[in-house]
Amino acid sequence: MNELLKKAEANASTKEEKSFVRPEDEEREVIAPDGSIIKVNPIYDYFSGEKPSVEKPNKGVVEKFLNWARAESIWVLGFGTGCGSIEIPPLMTPRFDAFRFGVQMRPTPRQSNAFIISGYLSVKTLKRVIRSYEQMPSPKYVIALGSCTINGGMYYDSYSTINRLDKYMPVDVYIAGCMPRPEALLAGFVKLKEIIKSGKGEGANLYAENFDEYKANQKKVIKDWNMPDYNW
Amino acid sequence: MKSLIERVSTKYNLQEVVQQRDNLVFAYVDKELAIDMVTYMRDYEGYAHFTLMSCVDWIEDGKFQLLYLLNNPETKTEFGIKVAIDRDNAVMQSAHHLWEQIWTYQRELKEAFGIDFPGSPRVDEDFVVEGWDDMPHMRRDFDTNKYAEETYFMREGRKSYDPATYMREKLYPKQPVTAKKNKDEQ
Repeated sequence: MNELLKKAEANASTKEEKSFVRPEDEEREVIAPDGSIIKVNPIYDYFSGEKPSVEKPNKGVVEKFLNWARAESIWVLGFGTGCGSIEIPPLMTPRFDAFRFGVQMRPTPRQSNAFIISGYLSVKTLKRVIRSYEQMPSPKYVIALGSCTINGGMYYDSYSTINRLDKYMPVDVYIAGCMPRPEALLAGFVKLKEIIKSGKGEGANLYAENFDEYKANQKKVIKDWNMPDYNW
Repeated sequence: MKSLIERVSTKYNLQEVVQQRDNLVFAYVDKELAIDMVTYMRDYEGYAHFTLMSCVDWIEDGKFQLLYLLNNPETKTEFGIKVAIDRDNAVMQSAHHLWEQIWTYQRELKEAFGIDFPGSPRVDEDFVVEGWDDMPHMRRDFDTNKYAEETYFMREGRKSYDPATYMREKLYPKQPVTAKKNKDEQ
């Protein structure tokens, strides 16, 4: 046992030096077909090296009109993170019919503007969630579904699930419950519409303003950080 | 089943043989003989289907208990082979050559309990939790609550109640709680 503890301590002290970058993502030189040597850095070649910037809202009626339009077309990223993801498929059935609220599911983050964090979020999934969230075009909204996203729920003392979602990304609407039924989710959509229409759905700007703080919190729990700081 | 137990127990010196049902037996084997016995059961006794492999942390005894659960599809019986290994020096012979899927179990046990299986493919890679740098998280001396408090952000205002007293106060608010307590003491 002592050996294991010593190993853990040794790992902790050399953590900064240890790199989790996968071999295919390492910075290296590649020989092109014509014989020239090209420097390749896969992590940064395909992503923006800059931080996200704040987009100021328009003035007066224009912003009101835009917000009305945004509220009427909520395109949700089809990404189920926890047990709550089973509550999302019924929304798209005739019984609950989320289409009448202007809600629809999209397969990729580039096509969607709302993210439902459905239930408990393990650190492993948080990494993928951040990657997807940062790829969504702004303005973007986050709906936190279930108690686990509020204070950890029944997994509050788990070693692998986060407790408070709002420390890692801005949250617009919380839906409490374990699990909330699809009706609660619909009520959440209505609430989100109210928030957007009143001009308070500024999650993307909040993320850009406090980017360093959010990033520090994310890196605190994701120990094998092998992706760019901003995945746009 | 009885003849099988008699046959095997003399051969491999089985201890604590427990027949739970007509078709389910558990028995302890010595660490050195365990993989031999698994091979024998597979090749000669017809236990050709590997059901699962698991581990229990007996921290009071300083032991890990490994379980190889084998199934005989012809007689529809199961045989659980238990092995006790030392907790401080948790190394076990790998069995991935018998069934290929065993190396996945062994990789999981390496991460969750820190049991080493030398020679097992990809045994040192992360299995479920990525980038874990603390002690193995399924060991019983790992304090998961303390780890969560230190690592994640606790939201204030979380309360927990004793279910018995809470429900009693809620259902029978007029009845004093102390009266019930006295009864318990008597």
